[in-house]
Amino acid sequence: MTPVQYLRCLGGIVRREALRWLHQRSRFISALVRPMVWLAIFGAGFRFVLGVSIIPPYETYIPYEVYIAPGLIAMIQLFNGMQSSLSMVYDREMGSMKTLLISPFPRWFLLTAKLLAGVAVSVVQAYMFLAIAWFWEIEPPLWGYLFVLPAMILSGLMLGALGLVLSSFVRQMENFAGVMNFVIFPMFFASSALYPLWRVKESSLTLYWICQANPFSHATELIRFALYGQFNAISAVIVTAFLLLLMALAVYGYDPGRGLMARRTGGE
Amino acid sequence: MTDVSPPALAVTGLSHSFGRTQVLDRVGFALAPGDFTVLLGLNGAGKTTLFALVTRLYHSGTGSIAVFGNDIQRRSAAALASMGVVFQQPTLDLDLTVEQNLSYHASLHGMSRVAARPHIEAELDRVGLLERRHDRVRQLSGGQRRRIELARALVHEPSLLLLDEPTVGLDIESRHFLIEHVRKLCAEQRLAVLWATHLIDEANQDSRVIVLHRGRVLADGKVPEVVARTEAPDLKAAFDRLVRAA
Repeated sequence: MTPVQYLRCLGGIVRREALRWLHQRSRFISALVRPMVWLAIFGAGFRFVLGVSIIPPYETYIPYEVYIAPGLIAMIQLFNGMQSSLSMVYDREMGSMKTLLISPFPRWFLLTAKLLAGVAVSVVQAYMFLAIAWFWEIEPPLWGYLFVLPAMILSGLMLGALGLVLSSFVRQMENFAGVMNFVIFPMFFASSALYPLWRVKESSLTLYWICQANPFSHATELIRFALYGQFNAISAVIVTAFLLLLMALAVYGYDPGRGLMARRTGGE
Repeated sequence: MTDVSPPALAVTGLSHSFGRTQVLDRVGFALAPGDFTVLLGLNGAGKTTLFALVTRLYHSGTGSIAVFGNDIQRRSAAALASMGVVFQQPTLDLDLTVEQNLSYHASLHGMSRVAARPHIEAELDRVGLLERRHDRVRQLSGGQRRRIELARALVHEPSLLLLDEPTVGLDIESRHFLIEHVRKLCAEQRLAVLWATHLIDEANQDSRVIVLHRGRVLADGKVPEVVARTEAPDLKAAFDRLVRAA
């Protein structure tokens, strides 16, 4: 296979993901409505409850909605990663995952392409959210919209890889609902998405360290800093490390020789 | 002159088990280009597992599989590129159009959209569904979806076609169309075909038949040979005798 053929394959997988996203209206709409509900209702409700002092990257006191916006972008990507893997569990049940896996391209490439396709969709969703959030006075500097792109790609890849790992180990859709409850909500709430970690530290040191170890916190901080034109090196390193670890696990999970596929697929 | 070209599909000493359950036991056979071979077995015989191993969805530590001389493990890209597959389960994207489904498949084989278009149109035309190419798959009947899956499996011009229970759930007309279409391809294009089924009437007198039961090959040969060897009046009786004796 030539590099051009690899690109064609990637293009085909991304196109399919985009078409599916556009055709599945409910997925399209809920992807937009979900973060807006958090921003408009939760943000407004907690505006006067949670005070946010001046912490980097902010240079002044900020409304609560401004604080939670980067976390909501990460949430879009987390949901998208999970939904993309949900579609993989669904695909596998429906059999169309087989269509992908019997392509002559290496399996690591097919999984990476699938991951990139999911990230492309999540980045578009995130920009749509940022465009609407502008009306809630979430107005990062203009270059922030550009700087945040690589941050969103990196965090999207990491969260998508997490979804891939889960899909490789989850056998049925029913189990996946459980995983959603045990993965999405703990990851989101035990992170810096909704409250700064110094406040968490005041109430519980254990929870603070859990939040610090949570890669979702670092995805959020990477996006938060990038949105204001700054680079959070520690978060970037941690997100990259998790991405590599999760991708290795996903390739392992989908390796025909490891038996996981065989165990999941079962006999006839 | 002896034909020295490698078989379209060579399966040698293939065994596989799920935990303690042995699903395939030293299965071996070879298909030559132009062969229409019916893999006949009851549900649970090991047909789908055999297909999953041949298509590298997973692999077994015992035995080997080669497609036109390319080992499925060591030269999987070449092996998979020359193979078209119709799985037992439906594998089309219901929300996409017929053309989008086939175009996606073409890209999975590294084909450009421009290069794929004439192939897609030709294959859809052959199965009589060219005019439905802009319809969503959801709008098509079960028989039409199966035809689309067959067309899709042929878009990248494979030399080996694998079909796992392709007629399950289809009406008589759709079944007949599918079998005749594949037989024609086999004869005209020297396509090697492995057709897995539990329906005995899908093997005609010209077919080669491999009887698979509980993971073992019980018989392999042209239908009249298998019938004669078991001293049965027809293939159904021959199959019953083989299965009972196993």
